[in-house]
Amino acid sequence: MTTATDMNADSYVTADGRTIGGVVMDLKNITLRFGGVVAIKDISFDIREGEIRAIIGPNGAGKSSMLNVISGFYKPQEGEVWFRGAKRPPMKPYQVARQGLARTFQNIALFDGMTVLDNIMTGRLNHMKANIFQQAIWKGKAEREELENREICEKVIDFLEIQHIRKTPVGRLPYGLKKRVELARALAAQPSLLLLDEPMAGMNVEEKEDMSRFILDMNDEFGTTIALIEHDMGVVMDLSDRVVVMDYGKKIGDGTPDEVRNNQDVIDAYLGVAHD
Amino acid sequence: MPEQLLFAMEVTLNGLMAGVLYALVALGFVLIFKASGIFNYAQGVMALFAALTLVGIQQGQVPFSHLINAVFGTEIHHFPWHVPSIIAIILAAGVMVLFAYLVEKYILQHLIGQPDIILFMATIGLAYFMEGFGDIMWGSEIKTLDVGLPQGMNLAIDEATYNMFGYGFFIDNLDIVAAVVAALLVTSLVIFSQYTKQGRALRAVADDHSAALSVGISLRFIWVLVWSIAGFVALVAGIMWGAKSGVQFSLSLIALKALPVLMLGGFTSIPGAIIGGLIIGVGEQLFEFAIGPMIGGATQNWFAYVLALVFLIFRPQGLFGEKIIERV
Amino acid sequence: MFYREAGDFKTSYRDDSQTFPIRLDRMGYYVLMFVAFLVVPFFINDYWVNAVFAPFLIYAIAALGLNILTGYAGQVSLGTGGFMAVGAYACYKLMTGFPEVSIVIHIILAGGITAIVGVAFGLPSLRIKGFYLAVATLAAQFFLVWLFNKVPWFYNYSASGQINAPERSVFGVIVTGPNTEAWAKYMICLVFVVVLAWVARNLTRGMMGRKWMGIRDMDIAAEIIGVNPLMAKLSAFAVSSFFVGIAGALFFAVYLGAAEAGEAFGINKSFLILFMIIIGGLGSIFGSFAGAAFMVLMPVFLKNVLVGGMGWPTDLAAHFEFMIVGGLIVLFLIVEPHGLAQLWRLTKEKLRLWPFPH
Repeated sequence: MTTATDMNADSYVTADGRTIGGVVMDLKNITLRFGGVVAIKDISFDIREGEIRAIIGPNGAGKSSMLNVISGFYKPQEGEVWFRGAKRPPMKPYQVARQGLARTFQNIALFDGMTVLDNIMTGRLNHMKANIFQQAIWKGKAEREELENREICEKVIDFLEIQHIRKTPVGRLPYGLKKRVELARALAAQPSLLLLDEPMAGMNVEEKEDMSRFILDMNDEFGTTIALIEHDMGVVMDLSDRVVVMDYGKKIGDGTPDEVRNNQDVIDAYLGVAHD
Repeated sequence: MPEQLLFAMEVTLNGLMAGVLYALVALGFVLIFKASGIFNYAQGVMALFAALTLVGIQQGQVPFSHLINAVFGTEIHHFPWHVPSIIAIILAAGVMVLFAYLVEKYILQHLIGQPDIILFMATIGLAYFMEGFGDIMWGSEIKTLDVGLPQGMNLAIDEATYNMFGYGFFIDNLDIVAAVVAALLVTSLVIFSQYTKQGRALRAVADDHSAALSVGISLRFIWVLVWSIAGFVALVAGIMWGAKSGVQFSLSLIALKALPVLMLGGFTSIPGAIIGGLIIGVGEQLFEFAIGPMIGGATQNWFAYVLALVFLIFRPQGLFGEKIIERV
Repeated sequence: MFYREAGDFKTSYRDDSQTFPIRLDRMGYYVLMFVAFLVVPFFINDYWVNAVFAPFLIYAIAALGLNILTGYAGQVSLGTGGFMAVGAYACYKLMTGFPEVSIVIHIILAGGITAIVGVAFGLPSLRIKGFYLAVATLAAQFFLVWLFNKVPWFYNYSASGQINAPERSVFGVIVTGPNTEAWAKYMICLVFVVVLAWVARNLTRGMMGRKWMGIRDMDIAAEIIGVNPLMAKLSAFAVSSFFVGIAGALFFAVYLGAAEAGEAFGINKSFLILFMIIIGGLGSIFGSFAGAAFMVLMPVFLKNVLVGGMGWPTDLAAHFEFMIVGGLIVLFLIVEPHGLAQLWRLTKEKLRLWPFPH
């Protein structure tokens, strides 16, 4: 059995037999400070085509900050972000999204005043090109685009089993469904890298199982590359191909779930050691 | 000393005095904003209403006389008495407290948890309501307000400056009184909020609503309290403005000027409101003095707003506001 | 019982996303259009067009514009009056500068010029939000009105400082100036309203509308999923000001005939339009119409009842109007923040289920 230990290889094969491709995103020596506080300290790791990559760590370890660096919301003071073989110049979050990154949020960030369908359609906005005049007239390009993209969104809706709430305003939905709609919006963008910020936070066991199934299916059916942050160790170990472990803004482990599980630093961070 | 410079100095001094009045209205805004997060557009109309009420009580007007006359065909206008100023002021302050209670009970209670902008628009509605209500209650004709404040040119300053520069400055006594009253008001507010139990509760609420609730502070009481104080501040501002230019509708428009003052000073800062008021007061007088004649005059109409707008582009949180941090 | 969608199955996404998905609504719409275009013009007279129809139609355009900015894109503006003034004065300068060009083109160009001015005053929206922005738009209101009062070029150096609409016609029918017939006044406003409402509907149902609503509901999230906030906000300011500018041009050229900036386009106009969209419904095309109708009809009604019926003095009735408008604003915000449009929606919902409660 080949495992993902060799970081220098171009590709590797996972335990369940999927072939993982080359590097999609490469983070090199990222350091992020807020005033005097160092949130992330000199962290490097990569994310490869088709894999499920997890970032774990205790509260305040800097996981969410890391995700915000990847999605361009925070600008690191040091280090480089390489995306698809090119160094990413400083850009605004919306420009990052246009490169093919989509994400979900820890505290759901849906548009409450819009229906589920409209929320998911916003995921398609980087694929729709009609200008404001064409949209004002509607007939022609704007309508054609709208209908084409509606079909793609309907596929996502079927996939995530939310057909029945299609026209419901998002504000009225319960928490679990909102999480699913948010996932649908990100998925509708057909991203080359999907970032999930605690997709299972606040869910019960059943909802967690559903969510895990969706994540695995997404990866399986569409070959979506996924990077996720999660608290629940059990879920992470089952889902992901490789895991980065952070503590106090530093990377303390990186490798397959098995490797990470046996890493002494990780055990210390999670179970605690006596600091003398 | 060149004459232009002397004029400019006089204009500056007068601007400072006008600024004090702007600051007074702005102060009311800040109090309410700090305690309840509500941007109270009606503050200006509150000043107008308070001044109307004061004059009405003082002169023994029959409330709603116009309405009563229209409905019943009667001809009543005044009670046969005049109320001494001090008692009228106390009664008017009482009306403002009653007003605060009613606003809390019938409006704020029902809008808890709504987005800020909804609350803002509700206060615009409130402003309209009060404007109509005030006019129906006391009539809409221009009234003179006289509670015995000194008025007219301050001779001492005139003489002193004449001896010094050979040119006497014109400073209105009323403006000086306004500045003193404003200083007293701010000092007493600071003492109140620093050293009394209610003041501490007020600051706690300003800091964090739910935390204040959880230690047993009654939000309702605090809101009534803070609207009452704002009502009192409005009364003071109304007296000053009213004594200066008569009690009339335009009072509420002058109060609109408090908005750019707030944008300069930051919505949450009492010193900001005062310094912002002074900057706007001086700025618009000097601008009109120096640039106004070249571009047609009456620049006071917009100078304050444009100044605040330009300023905000560079410093969105105002001079003293807390820095805005955005999170995901 | 008769207002049903059962059996009205949609077989394509196109059918599903049409403006009136329910058959009865569609028919109601056709009937309304028929009456508006082919019945009303034959019965309208000067009183009705000046007291009700012209102001209603023109305010509806302005309300649509402000609703795009405030209701859809979430940017509160108190500068609507100022922007209407831009439309009016631009139209005036074009009418007097290029008398040979059609008035329709002038009105549209006036909208375009207002859009540019709107974008200029919308630029700060990138940095300042919420009521900071609302107060900042007051700068536009006061500055623009002052500008049109103080710079004589804008009113062609006329002695009164007023602008007067010269007589212009469309297809041989006079539409501006004192000789305009009631039906012509009505028709030109109606045509603009229908076309602009259609444009507003198209913009708000497509991606543009979603971007605006995204910015309104959660601007940071919208930016992270790929909305360029600058473009979204400025496009909202541009489209909104375009509408408001056209409303201003019609208000001056067709409705008033003569105007003075401070009088016709003061701060009260800004509030009036804002109240229309609050009462009508934020973020609703129907609401813009409902709000405009309400705010136009209520004073007419009050005046007829209080002054005409009960013999009250006019100023007392006017104060009453202030109280009622203010009270209604507060009431609507408390009871139904989505305004008349939401009430209408709920009524239809009830009708659909009737006679069953659920």
